[in-house]
Amino acid sequence: MRKSFLAAAAVGLSLTLAACGSGSSTSTPSATGDATTSAAATTSSAPAAAGSLTVWADETRIDAFKTLGETFSAETGVALDVVQKPSADIKNDFIAQVPTGEGPDLIVTAHDATGDLVKNGVVSPVELGDKAEAFGDVALRAVSLEGQVYGVPYAVENIGLVRNNALVQDTPATFDELIAQGKGVSGAEFPIVIQQGENGDPYHLYPLQTSFGAPVFKSDANGDYTAELGMAGPEGEAFAQYLKKLADEGVLSASIGGDQAKQAFLDGKSPYIITGPWWTGEFVDAGLDISVLPVPSAGGQPAAPFVGVQAVFLSSKSENQLLAQQFLDFMGTKETQDTLFEMGGRMPALNESADAVSDEILAGFGEAGAEGQPMPAIPEMGAVWQYWGGAEVSILTGKAEPVAAWQTLVTNLEAAFQA
Amino acid sequence: MSSTPTQPPRRLSHARDISRPGFYIKLVLMMLVNALGLYGILAAYGQREWGVLAFLVLALIIADYVYFSKRAIPGKYLYPGLLFLAVFQIYVMVNTAYVAFTNYGDGHNDSKPSAITQIMKTSDRRVDGTPTYPVTVLDRDGEMAFAIVDDDRVLVGDAEEPLTEVGDAVAEDGRVTEVPGATVLQLAEIQQRQNEVLGLRVSMTDDPDDGWLRTDNAAMAYVAKSLLQYDEASDTFTDAEGTVYTADPAQGLFVSDSGEALTPGWRVLVGFDNFTRMFTDSRLAGPFVSILSWTFAFSILSVLTTFALGLILAVVFNDPRVKGRTIYRALFILPYAFPGFLAALVWRGLLNQEFGFINEVLLGGANIPWFSSGILAKLSIIGVNLWLGFPYMFLVATGALQAIPGELAEAAVMDGAGPWRRFWSITLPLLLVSVAPLLIASFAFNFNNFSLIYMLTGGGPNYPGAPLPIGETDILISMVYAMAFESGTRQYGLASAMSIIIFVVVGVISWLGFRQTRKLEEIM
Repeated sequence: MRKSFLAAAAVGLSLTLAACGSGSSTSTPSATGDATTSAAATTSSAPAAAGSLTVWADETRIDAFKTLGETFSAETGVALDVVQKPSADIKNDFIAQVPTGEGPDLIVTAHDATGDLVKNGVVSPVELGDKAEAFGDVALRAVSLEGQVYGVPYAVENIGLVRNNALVQDTPATFDELIAQGKGVSGAEFPIVIQQGENGDPYHLYPLQTSFGAPVFKSDANGDYTAELGMAGPEGEAFAQYLKKLADEGVLSASIGGDQAKQAFLDGKSPYIITGPWWTGEFVDAGLDISVLPVPSAGGQPAAPFVGVQAVFLSSKSENQLLAQQFLDFMGTKETQDTLFEMGGRMPALNESADAVSDEILAGFGEAGAEGQPMPAIPEMGAVWQYWGGAEVSILTGKAEPVAAWQTLVTNLEAAFQA
Repeated sequence: MSSTPTQPPRRLSHARDISRPGFYIKLVLMMLVNALGLYGILAAYGQREWGVLAFLVLALIIADYVYFSKRAIPGKYLYPGLLFLAVFQIYVMVNTAYVAFTNYGDGHNDSKPSAITQIMKTSDRRVDGTPTYPVTVLDRDGEMAFAIVDDDRVLVGDAEEPLTEVGDAVAEDGRVTEVPGATVLQLAEIQQRQNEVLGLRVSMTDDPDDGWLRTDNAAMAYVAKSLLQYDEASDTFTDAEGTVYTADPAQGLFVSDSGEALTPGWRVLVGFDNFTRMFTDSRLAGPFVSILSWTFAFSILSVLTTFALGLILAVVFNDPRVKGRTIYRALFILPYAFPGFLAALVWRGLLNQEFGFINEVLLGGANIPWFSSGILAKLSIIGVNLWLGFPYMFLVATGALQAIPGELAEAAVMDGAGPWRRFWSITLPLLLVSVAPLLIASFAFNFNNFSLIYMLTGGGPNYPGAPLPIGETDILISMVYAMAFESGTRQYGLASAMSIIIFVVVGVISWLGFRQTRKLEEIM
């Protein structure tokens, strides 16, 4: 009995050791590097390149990139190893892993990571060459920093005003009129739902904020963001007071998070919702007849939402730069962008593919984002979200006076940029 | 367990006597361990990971000594555990302590050579208005070279020599196919030497201002120029306007005289800076005291409330007169079986002000701001932690109660003590002897109960206008998180230093607590 127990324990231990040993050996870059070179050596007579590339993608993009990987390896003989990473960690993991040499060759993520990735020196610049003009202007600016392009964009998305056509059929030109209209809809609890939550959601309020002429950062002559806050001053304060007004009227509330907003719209409790293409599929599936429109202006100027861009970035420590470049070229082709559009349902970043999209809802989002600006990717932006959301929530819940809260927000942000 | 001490001295253990199968099992296992160890050593050598290599060599030598020596019998039992302790505890602690003295974080993510390479890479820009050329990669006497066609002339150049015309070369469709004295490299060869290809810069002319030819894909080449020049001797970068960026080893940055810095920087040791930040950062001066006191209030109240409820239930359900005790006990343990962070998320939904079950259904549509009012948010946290924590206290109290001899209670009854007196003078003191260390552990756990705070309130409601995104329900550890990560830039060095400070605080309190417990034991 005792002997067999000891033997079992010893076997278990050695199995554990074996598992550790093999686990660590397969994840070392040299192992894959050797495999790549030996594979290349054995097929040196073949015309196509061979080897493998590792790509990190999050749960929302993994399927599309797996499909893409099959096409890519059929075309070039290079296998694409797509690894799933949680969307909340993908950027931080990448930043932490690249210096150790254990990171992937490529990463698929939203463009607002660009600033952080560049600040940490983990991505290589990408030279699109003459191809640059084939991409949408906003998409390209989104993945650039100080005149250098760092990623290949493939999809563009932004929020817009989604209308339930069963409740209202025409939309007024200003936000105040829209609220008045929404309040008159019988059976609706809210004139409009805009998701907030306990920590605020400046992203979904941004069209309203820009309509007061208060963008988060000022832009220079080329349209690139500078580190100077655009929301300081009377324009931003006017928006803060407008927020307070909306909260007092019961239009905005910190307790309406994303799930609650979606449910209210699905249940027909609100004629309008401000959201993005990620939920319209569900609305249509639920049998709602919806239209997508630009957000009406609240402050007189056009309401410009943030435009988010999905892009592929190349690791600065990739051992397979050449193959990775091949993949980036492949990303910029019409066929690839078409495939990604079919699988992801987002507007392609390549003009040629975008022009071919005929879906009415996406066209509506395209129109809603016509005035849009890329979400800032400069490193300063990382500090903004928390304070911004916090200040807006404190206005919504009435914990702080709007103008005072906005002024503190600006002071705090400037202090955070210094730190 | 050990088979030797009580046996006559000449008797060998199973694993030492070569006539028994135990010896061969040991031999096979040790061969496997040695094989794995050697494999690891070779792999570490291949990776130039000297630290790992030294550790593996040492670990393997000790393993062989321990399992083949006569003298190291306790070691045979302890060694695997000690090994794991070294890897998973000591290494992690030493590494945290090391990071605490560096500026590791956003912008200081890697070593200095990597930073220099990266700065050179990002400052290398394509020259506007220049064409791209189909490029052919050549091997000329072991040196890599580029060949392009420009105005029907074939130009060849390498790292040393700028592009010069080669007369008798062959070109087809604008791409060079043959150059005398050089071999045209095929894709597979290029792939093997890709770093050479991608790193090659061929000057366009003798004048460096004309830029150089480079390629990213070995198919098309373009003309590029660098915005910055690196001078290795003086360790400086110089830009086109003549601004000099000098390496500053104290900050881990290239900085100009006017204070402008290049990105990225690199990791350097910064001494005690991270440790003093907590006390010198003016942004923290206001909220720090209230967060500290809330941390203590939260952990003490959490321990007291969970222990009180757990104890009451344990006493009640320890009474044989209660029917269906086992079912109730099983039900009470349910919250304990829930993963804590999941439960926190569920409670977060239940307590939502307008849509939560508690306000909507239980309180008939009340509009109680559970999370937006500071006091209510604190109460919610203590309440949810009570729900999460009482089953544990119920379990340990039930166990401890059953260990108290019934005669003591009988004797007290004989002396005329009532139920209250029996509880306060006999049950509770005896219970505390065995439970007090667990209470201290529970205190230490709650002191760092990050997941509950983060999942339930996220530290909110935030102090309006606080210069850091921290709120009324933030405890020390979540404040560190807000400071080191949520305020925009990730600062691993700062986070490590602060967690060490918190560790010291918890350590001192626990030590004092355990000293008190020993006094309790002396009562016995």
